[in-house]
Amino acid sequence: MKIVFTTSGNSLEAPLEGRFGRAPRYLIYDQDHDTVEILDNRQNVEATQGAGIQAAEAVVRSGAKALVTGHCGPKAFRVLAAAGIQVFTTDAATVSAALEAFRAGDLRPTKSADVEGHWA
Amino acid sequence: MIIAVASGKGGTGKTTVSVNLVKAAGLPAQLLDCDVEEPNDHLFLRGTPRLLETVCVPVPEIDPVLCDGCGACSRFCACHAIVGLKATPLVFPELCHGCGGCLRVCPRQAIREIERRIGVVEVVVSGEVTLIQGRLDVGVPNAPPLIRRVKAHLRKNRLAVLDAPPGTSCPVVSALRGVDYVALVTEPTPFGLHDLRLIVELARKLGLPFGVAVNRMGIGDDRVHAFCRHEGIPILLEIPEDRRIAEVCSRGELVVDALPEYRGIFAGFLDRLVQQAEGTAAR
Repeated sequence: MKIVFTTSGNSLEAPLEGRFGRAPRYLIYDQDHDTVEILDNRQNVEATQGAGIQAAEAVVRSGAKALVTGHCGPKAFRVLAAAGIQVFTTDAATVSAALEAFRAGDLRPTKSADVEGHWA
Repeated sequence: MIIAVASGKGGTGKTTVSVNLVKAAGLPAQLLDCDVEEPNDHLFLRGTPRLLETVCVPVPEIDPVLCDGCGACSRFCACHAIVGLKATPLVFPELCHGCGGCLRVCPRQAIREIERRIGVVEVVVSGEVTLIQGRLDVGVPNAPPLIRRVKAHLRKNRLAVLDAPPGTSCPVVSALRGVDYVALVTEPTPFGLHDLRLIVELARKLGLPFGVAVNRMGIGDDRVHAFCRHEGIPILLEIPEDRRIAEVCSRGELVVDALPEYRGIFAGFLDRLVQQAEGTAAR
């Protein structure tokens, strides 16, 4: 199964980014093969509107079944939920810490967006 | 003749200049408040706004029975208002600009348009001034369709002053398109100059003639003047830093009424604007 993490860096040791739609990059971790893929999100960081929606579309396209991030707004959540992708929010400092928490079953899937649009 | 009052920076005095300019004309004139996210010209005209029209934009509604999830609509939509998943696409009506493209590209005619309200156009009549203002509903992010409806009430062959929204984004472009002349209000400060440069660039891109009005003369430096000299931009008005103007505005009064010595200044400004506009039109 593939899991998407928001990050400002390029590796599992990089910080977990708190924002979803305007995160600099996405780290796609493949549990079955223990491989890491980086997806650049520069285009959405600069977008005037619709960043969360487009980011959610990218997550859907990646084939991931779960998203681990700091926060998720309403429009992005609607897209992810419609595509059957579970959203987990955490304040873990790094991607690897978030992955550990995910593996340990410490994270619960959220049932709705946890912030308003344009919260940061 | 339509004279727009614009500024790259907010809070430079667009409203003050607009309401006093139209009042100083002393003849029947229209004032268009195109700052539809926070229209405030009416505060200076003392009248009760009356509803002219309710403005809606067409947004798509997808029939889940007809839709086969091909995703053509979603790929077409530049505003990302339609998200194509495997099943019926999701629609985000608040992001839709109402272009109607999704209807045309849908191979199964599964999309129809429904009307979504975005705001109202109101009128206030105060003496010789007829104010037309747009008021965007709270939470609606796209102002241009409402601004276009405000401008649809322009009367030909009459002076109109158009109070534009601040900045240089889509609402400003919608407000400025088709006007005869643009007065750019700025402050003689580095911040004022920075945003003046942006709106000058926009006015040039739109191919509109423009001049500058410097508000609060004396508070900063002379870089705005140096810039205008260097670029060959006429300075058509200088309003001194005068505490009484701020006091008059804070009471919702017009400067040209409360401080008679400014009447001539604004009347002269209007003469220069008309002269400039006619000069550039003749060229």
